[in-house]
Amino acid sequence: MLNIPCPHCGPRSEYEFQFGGEPATRPIPASEVSDAQWSDYLYARTNIKGRNRELWCHSGGCGQWFLMERDTVTHEIFRTETIGSGTIGA
Amino acid sequence: MTGTRIPAIGLIDRGQKLSFRWQGETLTGFAGDTLASALLANGVRVVGRSFKYHRPRGIFAAGAEEPNAILDVWHNSQNDPNARATLVPLQDGMSARAISGWPSLNFDAFQGLDLLHRFLPAGFYYKTFMAPDWHRYEPNIRRMAGLGTAQKTPDTRHYETRHAQVDVLVIGAGPAGLAAARAAAAGGRSVMLVDENPQFGGSLLWGDATINGQIGTAWARDTTASLAASGAQLLPNTTAFAYYDQNTIGLMEHRSHAASGWAEDRLWSVLAAEVVLATGAIERPLVFPNNDRPGVMLASAVLRYLRQYGVLVGKSVVLTTNNDSAYETATALLAAGGQVAVADVRAEPGPVANAAQAAGARVYAGSVVLNTGGLGGIAWADIGPADATSQRNATSRIGCDIVASSGGWTPVVHLFSQSGGKLRWDETLSAFLPNTGRQAHQLAGSMAGWQSLAECLASGHKAGGSHGEAPVTAIARLPTPLQPYWHVPITGARQWLDLQNDVTVKDVGLAARENFQSVEHLKRYTTLGMATDQGKTSNVNGLAVMAELTGRTIPETGTTTFRMPYTPVSLGAMAGMRHGDLYAPKRQLPAQSEHDAAGALMREYGGWMRPACYPLPGETEAQAVQREARLVRTNGGLFDGSSLGKIEVFGADAAKFLNLIYYNEVANLKPGRLRYVLLLRETGIIYDDGVIARVAEDRYLLSPSSSHTAGVLAMLELWHQTEYPSMDVAFHDVTAAWATIAICGPRVRDILATLATDIDLSDAALPHMAMAHGRIMGIQARVARVSFTGERSYEISVTAGHGAALWRHLLAQGPTPYGIESLSILRGEKGYILIGTDTDGLTMPDDLGMSGPLRAKKVDFVGKRSLTTPDGARPDRRQFVGLLPEQPGFVPMVGTHAITDGPTRRSLGWITTAAHSPTLGRSFALGMIEGGRAHMGETVTLFDRGKTSRATICSPVFHDVEGAKLHG
Ligand SMILES: [Zn+2]
Repeated sequence: MLNIPCPHCGPRSEYEFQFGGEPATRPIPASEVSDAQWSDYLYARTNIKGRNRELWCHSGGCGQWFLMERDTVTHEIFRTETIGSGTIGA
Repeated sequence: MTGTRIPAIGLIDRGQKLSFRWQGETLTGFAGDTLASALLANGVRVVGRSFKYHRPRGIFAAGAEEPNAILDVWHNSQNDPNARATLVPLQDGMSARAISGWPSLNFDAFQGLDLLHRFLPAGFYYKTFMAPDWHRYEPNIRRMAGLGTAQKTPDTRHYETRHAQVDVLVIGAGPAGLAAARAAAAGGRSVMLVDENPQFGGSLLWGDATINGQIGTAWARDTTASLAASGAQLLPNTTAFAYYDQNTIGLMEHRSHAASGWAEDRLWSVLAAEVVLATGAIERPLVFPNNDRPGVMLASAVLRYLRQYGVLVGKSVVLTTNNDSAYETATALLAAGGQVAVADVRAEPGPVANAAQAAGARVYAGSVVLNTGGLGGIAWADIGPADATSQRNATSRIGCDIVASSGGWTPVVHLFSQSGGKLRWDETLSAFLPNTGRQAHQLAGSMAGWQSLAECLASGHKAGGSHGEAPVTAIARLPTPLQPYWHVPITGARQWLDLQNDVTVKDVGLAARENFQSVEHLKRYTTLGMATDQGKTSNVNGLAVMAELTGRTIPETGTTTFRMPYTPVSLGAMAGMRHGDLYAPKRQLPAQSEHDAAGALMREYGGWMRPACYPLPGETEAQAVQREARLVRTNGGLFDGSSLGKIEVFGADAAKFLNLIYYNEVANLKPGRLRYVLLLRETGIIYDDGVIARVAEDRYLLSPSSSHTAGVLAMLELWHQTEYPSMDVAFHDVTAAWATIAICGPRVRDILATLATDIDLSDAALPHMAMAHGRIMGIQARVARVSFTGERSYEISVTAGHGAALWRHLLAQGPTPYGIESLSILRGEKGYILIGTDTDGLTMPDDLGMSGPLRAKKVDFVGKRSLTTPDGARPDRRQFVGLLPEQPGFVPMVGTHAITDGPTRRSLGWITTAAHSPTLGRSFALGMIEGGRAHMGETVTLFDRGKTSRATICSPVFHDVEGAKLHG
């Protein structure tokens, strides 16, 4: 049971959160994207073993989606931030 | 039978006698006893039969490490099928039985297996019961092995889950843990102190100790009292069974004496800023021939039964040891009037042994027990040189009733290891000690390798932050070093390593020869260290034997991973309150009481309790559904649609945003109008359908299906927050705020006429797919013309609290109330889909014949791009069609496949909805059929569980094809 620091509410129990997977950038305009690019956007994830960036939602609290940098092996949480603040990952 | 209470020794309450039953016989014990100490006090020797060889086994230890005394315990009509007798506080009226031994404990029908032990080596079961399938043999093998049987009646105990956060969690309330808790509390930090035993004090409860001038037990009691006074949370009978990430600890608290109405068992999740691990150490046995007889025990257990419970387990005791600690047992036994002989493998046992000898113990230096004998227990032990290679090397046979051993101490590093900490092998102690930790914890006492009481207290005081005065005790003289000794070097005789799993030195030898030399292979091949005790007394000995046989050091051989839980945790405690009605609480309709009054058959649909139908007296469910489905079209129907979702969407960009989300065009919808819409996933798959109403320019009301409301809301939030965050739009789920009652059918306008309302309900003002707001009978209300049955229909919504009154009023006008099962026929007759029933995880809009928006809608929307992928355009996609069975009385089962004709049969799709229609007077079905729309009028073969029939592919609309009734 992890304690996850919601960027809006502070540290809260893992039970209150929902995992959203690796964020994927939606290719636009979609109508001009190749089938292969679209398929990558839908299904291809890096699935990194180690330090990774993920989308999470504080669904049992403020309801806000945010970004989290986390180690998928040790479960260490390095930081979380609101979407658009642009320091996690690139 | 032996086993006697010694007056005036022990911490039991002799004023409080407790009566309990063992194998049907009534025995007595005292408050403060464990089930194990009470059994020993009554002279009970055999408590079970061994797992594999069915040899008699007795109580071996006094704590969590007990391998043999796993009993079936009943108390207050509740059962613990595999209780560890050493951890069960004795209670009046308790009843215990052995879980093994058939037909009886003293005569086991399978004891002959023991004579065949040569043919039952390690891996015997793996090698023998392979063909054709292990599962064929498993039930019988399990019955022979003897495991507890779960009770057949419901578990009426209360379980709770608790969460806590503390500054310092101290695990283990022995001298080190108490010192740590005391220092931490003195430092002003919030403290929680837990211990698996009913009383705090750990080894002070049976050790010979003086702290701050007080007897150890008195210091433990006073320290506990001052901790309680300082506000520390004290949890006795509580096992810290797991160490998770981020310093989260799982605690299992047993409260057998809990007040009525309280939870007996509580599972805690504790988040601690710092953890102090003061988990102590477990004595490991010396391994010698025939060391599994009832009456063979750990030296520390003999001491503990005597000092803590006043039970002298035997009058004449042979001890065998490789270290000093067994001598405290020797002197305590002598003081209580016992006779003691000690076989010490060390050539020069040293001053502690000399002192015991002076007190009356016979000490045999350089010696070990070479054999034991006796019928169903111990009558004698042979002592001989520690390097003996044959049992004939024995020099003395000593009459005795107990043989107790000490092979050194194994620090309890389980939690430390679970936390991610790494271990190192310590040559001096012959033990694995904590090396590098990974989480915020301090180590104290014997788990950290400290041996003397002074060192344990000092390490505890430091671990707690060194606040306040350190507890003081006399510094003990330095012990004579332990001499590693792993088994007697005799090959012929059986020497047990793991009593719980019947693993001997010979079995480890076989594993070594068959190349199962890695420690993980050794464990699985021989079962050494498996099952409920997880090798607490056997792992190090087994590892050492493997190291010796393969010519490696112990650290080279490795140690197995310590897994949670430390001791078993009951499933009931894991479930907590999440069972029965609370497992997944059901939502109730605002007019629930009215449905009950109308005799509704209630059933769960998507988390809501909703009427399936309203059977009349004497009517079956099927009859009720047919009647309702018929009367809705001929008389008029009344339906509670309150569970349908209601999500308000508002903001300047509401129209623009929803148009980017929904499959259908919604921006051009006029205020006051409704539209049926589909919602896709980005993969183009249909996620939900529903009706969207435009309330005003900047305001919409979405009505997703009942079970998808939360999901749709989450999806809107996700897209808004992550993809279109700059848009001015917000969402609000108001499902629970409104009751929605639908009336439909031929008499609907007569019924509407009875409502006092300021809403213009004329067709000109309120046509099909329109909505109006106002008041009905003085109550805030809105009326929407939307139909799920194909009949002229009005959905009336009022604030939830008025739902029952509205239902009552409408019902009094004579419409037929109908439920979900009847609606399923009505919507099926019209070819209206039900998401998740007629569609699945592959269905795209065109499969339902709804391709218009893809062609017409210019803006991008969720899932649009996926509809033009090669998969989305495949010509053989399954399409939604109607199916008319050739036999009008035959209702095919949902899931029935349509198959190709000819020698190689292949599925073309399947039936998704099927029913008998009272309106059509025959059966009908809906289904998804490969390229179905191109095959209208053709017949296909239906196949269900070996039986075939024929059906004609047709339009999915069976009733009122023109839709005239919507306006009729
Ligand atoms: Zn939050």
